[in-house]
Amino acid sequence: MIARLLEGMPRAAAVLLALLFALMAAAPLFAGDYLLTVLILILYFAYVGQAWNIMMGFAGQLSLGHALYVGLGAYTAAALFVHFGIGPWIGLAAAVPLCALVGAFVGFLAFRFRVAGVYFAILTIAVAEFARVGFDHLDWTRGSAGLFLPVAQYARNDLWHLRGHPVMFYYILLSATAIAGLGCRALLRSRVGYFWLAIREDEEAARALGIDTFRYKMVAVVISAAMTAFAGVIYAFYYNNLFPEQVFHISRSIEIILGPIVGGIGTLFGPILGAFVLTGLAEMLTGALAALGIDIPGAKQVFYGICLLAVIVALPEGIWPWLSRRLGLGSDKP
Amino acid sequence: MSFDIFLNVAIGGVLTGLVYGLMALGLSVIFGVVRVVNFAHGEMMTVAMYLAVAAFTILHLDPLLMLVPIAAVLFAFGYLLQAGLINRFIARPEHSQFLLMVAIAIIIVNVLLILFGPDAQNVQVAYAFDSLQVGPLIVDATKLYAGLGAIAAAGALFAFFRFTQIGTAIRACADNYTGALVVGLDVKRLYALTFGLGTACVGAAGCMLLLIFDVTPTVGPSYTLLAFVIVITGGLGSMPGALVGGVLIGFTEAMAGLLFTPSAKSMFAFAILVLVLLFRPQGIMRRRPA
Repeated sequence: MIARLLEGMPRAAAVLLALLFALMAAAPLFAGDYLLTVLILILYFAYVGQAWNIMMGFAGQLSLGHALYVGLGAYTAAALFVHFGIGPWIGLAAAVPLCALVGAFVGFLAFRFRVAGVYFAILTIAVAEFARVGFDHLDWTRGSAGLFLPVAQYARNDLWHLRGHPVMFYYILLSATAIAGLGCRALLRSRVGYFWLAIREDEEAARALGIDTFRYKMVAVVISAAMTAFAGVIYAFYYNNLFPEQVFHISRSIEIILGPIVGGIGTLFGPILGAFVLTGLAEMLTGALAALGIDIPGAKQVFYGICLLAVIVALPEGIWPWLSRRLGLGSDKP
Repeated sequence: MSFDIFLNVAIGGVLTGLVYGLMALGLSVIFGVVRVVNFAHGEMMTVAMYLAVAAFTILHLDPLLMLVPIAAVLFAFGYLLQAGLINRFIARPEHSQFLLMVAIAIIIVNVLLILFGPDAQNVQVAYAFDSLQVGPLIVDATKLYAGLGAIAAAGALFAFFRFTQIGTAIRACADNYTGALVVGLDVKRLYALTFGLGTACVGAAGCMLLLIFDVTPTVGPSYTLLAFVIVITGGLGSMPGALVGGVLIGFTEAMAGLLFTPSAKSMFAFAILVLVLLFRPQGIMRRRPA
C-alpha cells in the first residue's frame, strides 16, 4: 500500500524521504532532552501545517483561525479527562467529530453565503476569537484561570492515558506526521484532490465543469479541522495546561500557517520543511543570542521577523519549490 | 441602573468609537486603493501611541499637540514601507502579502518591547479627570477631545480625497488600475501616498486613543482585529462606513461592558462581524454591487 502511495515519485526523492524518516525514527537514541523537545515542536508544526495546507494549499481556502481546532480538540479531551477520567483516545473520538462539526459550520456559513478570499480569512479569525473569549468565561473548563491536567511521575509510559516520557509523544507525532504526509499524497491523487486543485485555480471554471464546489470545499475544511483536532489532543496531554489566551490566540493560528507558507504552499513536503526551518531558526537564534550574552526580551523575535521578511521577499513560492528544483527532484506541487 | 448611566456609557462608547473609526479608516483606505490588507495595522498604531508616550514623558508635550507631528512621522513610515517593500507584493497572492505584513508586525511589536519594556504605559494629562456636565449627562473631557479630534482628522481626509487633484488621482487608481496606468498616473507613487495616508490615520488615532487607554507592546494584534471588524461592518473600502462602523462597535463594546462583563465585550464585536459577513457582506454603508 505504501509502495502504491509512493508511486510516481522520483527515485531520489523517495530515497531522501526514507533516509529522513529513518533518521527521525532513530533520533531519540542519540538526541538529548533539549533536542528532543525541539524535534517534538517541529513534528507538531509539521503535522498541523499539513492539516492547514489541505485547506489552503490544495483547495485554496485561506484559514487564519486554525488555533480554533487545536484549542477545541485540546479542551475537549482535557475536560473529559479532568471531569470524568475519560482517556485521551476516547477523548479524541469526541474531539475529532466536534472539530469536524465546527469546521463544517464555519464552512457552511462561509460557502453558502459566498464569503470568500480576505473575508473568509477574517471570518475564521472571528470564530477563533469568539471561542477564545467564550472559553475565557466558561466555568466548566475553569475559564481564564486555565485547565490543568494532573501531573505525576510515571514509572513507565502509559500509551493509553498518554502519560509518560516525551519520547512517547515524539513517536506519536512522528507517526502522525508520516501518516498525514502519505494521506495528503493519497488525497491529492484522488478525485477529490483534482477537484480541489481545480477550485483553487479557478472556482468559476470548476463550477462550470460541473464540480460541486460547495461540497468539495466543505470536504477540505472538515478534513483539515478533524486532522487538527488530533494535534490539539496531543498538545493538551503534552503540555498538561491549557489557557484560552494561549491556545486560541491569533498568534497560535499564525504560527501554524508560517511553516507551510515559508516551506511552500500547496506542496507536499513544504509544510514539513517549513516546520524544520522555522523552529530550527527560532532555536538557533535563542542559542546564538545566549552565546553572545545578549539577554534582551524581544531581540530574538526581531531577528526572526527579519529572517521571515527575507524569505518571503526572496522566495515568493517558498523554500521547497526552489530547493527541489536545485536538487533536481522535480516539483511536487501539482 | 438608571437611564442616565446608560446614556453616559453610550456617549462614552460613541466617542471612543469615533477614534476606532479613524483607525479603521486608515485600513479601509489602504485596502480600497492598494488592495492589500494591512495585517500590521494595530501594531502601527502602537508605534504612534509610544511616540506620544515618549513625547509626553521626555518633552512634556500633550498628545493632542503631537497629533499632527506623529501623524506625519507615521505617514513617512507608511510611504517608505509601501515604496520600498509592499509595492513588490501588489501582484502576489493574498497569503504572500499576509506573511509580509505578519513579519512586519512581529518586528514592530518586538522593537517596541526592546525600547519600552513590557509594562503598560499611559500619559497623565492635566485634564485627565475633567468632565463636562450637560444636564444629567457627564462626558469625560479626554473622550470628548478624542472624539472631536477623530472627526476633524477624518474630515480632513474626506476633503483631501474629494477636492484635491492627488486625491482624485488616488480614487482613479482605486476605481480602475489599468485605466490609471493608461492615462499616465504614477500608480506606484500614489499607492505609497495612500499607504502613508492610511498609516497617518492610525498615527492620529493612536495619539487620541492614548488619552483613553494604556498601551503595551503586545496590544497591537487586538487593535488590528478591531480594525477588521469595523471596516467589514462598515464595508471594506468605504470611508463613511469605517466611521459608522467604528461608532457602532464602540457603542456595542460600551453596552456589553455595562450589561455583561467588560472582558467579554470583544465577543459582541465579533458576533456583529459574523452577522454582517453573512447577511450584509458588502457592509452596512454600501450598496450591494449589481
